Amino acid sequence: MSTEIKELKYSTFKTNIKYSVINTKVHNVDGIAKVTGRAQYTFDIKLPGMLYGKILRSPHPHARIINIDTTRAMELPGVKAVVTGKDTLGIKQGIWRRYEELCDEQILPLEKVRYIGEPVAAVAAVTEEIAEQALDLIDVEYEVLPAVFEPLDAIKKDAPVIHEGVERNVNVTRHIEWGDVDEAFAEAEKNGGYIREDWFRCSGQHHMCMETRAAVSSYTPEGKLTVWASTQSAYYTQALIAGVLGMREGDVRVIATYVGGGFGGKFELDAAMFCSAVLSKKLCKPVKIVFTREEDMIASKRRTPMYYYVRTAMSRDGQLLARESRMFSNGGAYTGMGATALYLSGFFHSFPYKWKAYRYDGYRVYTNTMPSTSMRGFGAPQAMFCSEQQIEWMCADLGLDPYEVRRKNAHTECYEVPGQAFIQSCGMTECIDKIEQWAKSKGDLGPNRAIGISSCGFMSGGIFNWFDSPYSFSSAVVTINIDGTVELHVGCQDIGQGSNTTMAIIAAETLGVKVEDIKVHSGDTDHCPADLGAWGSRQTLMAGNAVKMACEDAKRQLLEFAYAEMGLNIVYDLDIKDRWVHVIARPERGMKYEDLVRKAIRAKDGQRIVGRGYYTPHRKGMISPAYSYMMQAVDAEIDPETGKIKVHEIMTAHDCGQPINPLGLVGQLEGAASMALGYAYLEDLPMDEGKLLNPNLVDYKVIRAPEMPKTGMIDIETYEAEGPYGAKEAGEGLTNPTAAALGNAIFHALGIQMKELPLTPERILRALREKKEKEANK
Amino acid sequence: MEKRALKLSVNGQEYEVFIHPKTLLVEVIRDHLGFTGTKRGCETVSCGACTVLVNGASVKSCSVLAVQVEGMEVTTVEGLEQDGKLSPIQKAFLDNGSYQCGFCTPGMLMSATAFLKENEGREVTEHEIREGIEGNICRCTGYNSIVRAIDAVAKGTYKEE
Repeated sequence: MSTEIKELKYSTFKTNIKYSVINTKVHNVDGIAKVTGRAQYTFDIKLPGMLYGKILRSPHPHARIINIDTTRAMELPGVKAVVTGKDTLGIKQGIWRRYEELCDEQILPLEKVRYIGEPVAAVAAVTEEIAEQALDLIDVEYEVLPAVFEPLDAIKKDAPVIHEGVERNVNVTRHIEWGDVDEAFAEAEKNGGYIREDWFRCSGQHHMCMETRAAVSSYTPEGKLTVWASTQSAYYTQALIAGVLGMREGDVRVIATYVGGGFGGKFELDAAMFCSAVLSKKLCKPVKIVFTREEDMIASKRRTPMYYYVRTAMSRDGQLLARESRMFSNGGAYTGMGATALYLSGFFHSFPYKWKAYRYDGYRVYTNTMPSTSMRGFGAPQAMFCSEQQIEWMCADLGLDPYEVRRKNAHTECYEVPGQAFIQSCGMTECIDKIEQWAKSKGDLGPNRAIGISSCGFMSGGIFNWFDSPYSFSSAVVTINIDGTVELHVGCQDIGQGSNTTMAIIAAETLGVKVEDIKVHSGDTDHCPADLGAWGSRQTLMAGNAVKMACEDAKRQLLEFAYAEMGLNIVYDLDIKDRWVHVIARPERGMKYEDLVRKAIRAKDGQRIVGRGYYTPHRKGMISPAYSYMMQAVDAEIDPETGKIKVHEIMTAHDCGQPINPLGLVGQLEGAASMALGYAYLEDLPMDEGKLLNPNLVDYKVIRAPEMPKTGMIDIETYEAEGPYGAKEAGEGLTNPTAAALGNAIFHALGIQMKELPLTPERILRALREKKEKEANK
Repeated sequence: MEKRALKLSVNGQEYEVFIHPKTLLVEVIRDHLGFTGTKRGCETVSCGACTVLVNGASVKSCSVLAVQVEGMEVTTVEGLEQDGKLSPIQKAFLDNGSYQCGFCTPGMLMSATAFLKENEGREVTEHEIREGIEGNICRCTGYNSIVRAIDAVAKGTYKEE
């Protein structure tokens, strides 16, 4: 039911390798823990003598803190500590550690608050109720300052200053350019090309992880701190906490075994981590802080709202000639990961087409709203909503076939995005072909119903190192025990996307054993190597390469011994498959893997076999080592009376290189579709003077089971030379095309052009009204 | 109000807890009895992460007081397996990859279990399955793999061991 997977083998670099484990159906390695309730999340941690923390938050969008009086709160029985900015080192922190000016957030600020919900004090008490009561007893004196909420207002000369010394509230700018854009436009105009310009407004979106932000910090008299955290990167959390507390990284242990969702919202330092750590350090007692859903919604992070101006030149026969775009994003109060979203939005706005001339100017503008950051797709869903709709409209204006135009301009393998990126494998053309076939096979869909398409691509991990990590981007250590069981230590973070299973599959394939032989250890900085963690769709490629290298190292040690043991002619090659060590040319000649391990360990003076692997991208351009490609089609019906959308089906042709875990891949496709559909027509974060109007799951609507349409995938298999076994990303990119494809479906169904997200009934009805008025005036 | 003693049965075991009468069922399950499989994801009875069975019917345990279930039989996710053997719906979730981060999974399994029980012996439509889990939010999977798992159990693909 619902998802049919059609396999269509297509290979840029043909391989005929038969895999034993890769792309076979396996259960998630942590599946039983999750379906039996055994999985322990930070939310579930309870330590002896543990105290509960609560955070007092600013009611003002912009105000100077004159005084905080905690006396009354401290007098409440059961309250153990109240901390404010004065109890901290006052360090301004941020995840863009390489750039001091972008480390702009003091959790528990000393001087002023910049958004409603910003933490100003934190309490630890023996119960959560007492901590909550104590918040009412903290007296804060504010001097309310004028505030500004929208980037196009905040950038004006006379706008309130949110961060001292930041002119016009411009937090970061990004310029991307190749080719001679002005000349290309002038030439297009001269040659009778078609030039179109549009403004778009893309909304924010909340990550809405089912586990809200949570942390348990336990500082002990040895001067060591352990933090259980709901994080996408145990290593980032470790380094950031150590930084703000003035501790050595090695004295901070971060544990994140099970994480209840991330989606881009959980790899910066958050107030649950920071405040619990400050309180615990002060009291030498464990302190737990869990955000309520309302706190999570008003004071965590969100997908970046963006205003896009897009100007595109196309020849009369559908050649894309030039584009210039300007984007103003609502950065909110602090930088966070937003600077990366600013860059990636502009880069993927060019995807997946071969622009001869392209220019993007992005401005991330501070406002007095909750900070915006990365969220699944990392700025690309917004960029595609604008780009793919405008191209569709231009095709319609010129009477061109939108599939043909996309095919004509699409990336192909071994293409260089000038000065930016080198594309190795690319199945874009095949994606277009297959979706065209699928859409045309559906025939006439009837009135008010149409198929909309969008193509796009995404990165397999970022090359940039704004965090300034001194470590390899990914590392792995594999240890083989005497009985052949395998301990795999990785730093990559499983947040539900299944990276532990992906790594187990890669390890089992490489070592020639079974998935159940592998025990994956992750999410613990004391025992696992450093790794940048789960963001930018990076782990399958980067951590996967590290795991493959570690396992090859261990396997080489085993096979060296096997050569000697078996007394082979040196021209023969050995391999291990399904726990059978054998001569490749004569597979029947060999020995049991378990026997080999036993003997090899004895030969190593009793040392277990240890293999090490690491990966850091080199010579792969500025963005990513590899790119996924896809085209998505959304079949939608819109009721012109009510403006309500019914999505019948979503079909995606997808090139993620070699699929590693087929169940996981379907899960990513379906999960991305529900999140991206929510973004397209349901989810929004409306504010009034900086106050969120729907800070709960009653008023903030997400896709629920009855609305979720049928989904299908056509797997376009390519081989990516840079990825482990030819694999590329399959996590975030699938979020990119949906809003644009739905917008295009609405365009074809009703003839209206939607320039604002989300695609609500009100906006659809307004567009229909405007269309009618326009036609009447003709 | 004074604290009082309350007897209830959870996963077939009798317990006695000493609680304030305003204590929610979810608080007794998680904080007093330590069954942390049951989760909480909101304060507005919207997400379904805390769903348990009370006398076989699915109930959001954040929406009832513990004293309301006095003497009744409560089943949490920990009560689905019998002597280490997974229930059919748990097996179907594994086979279909019907979970990702796993935080909504316990509540989703309880809603699915109640739905399957209510519809035992009759054919169910896909739409009915979807409505059966409408009260549970899953932010990871997009629901379709969960629908496939429930459908497989409803069709008798999995047998009680």
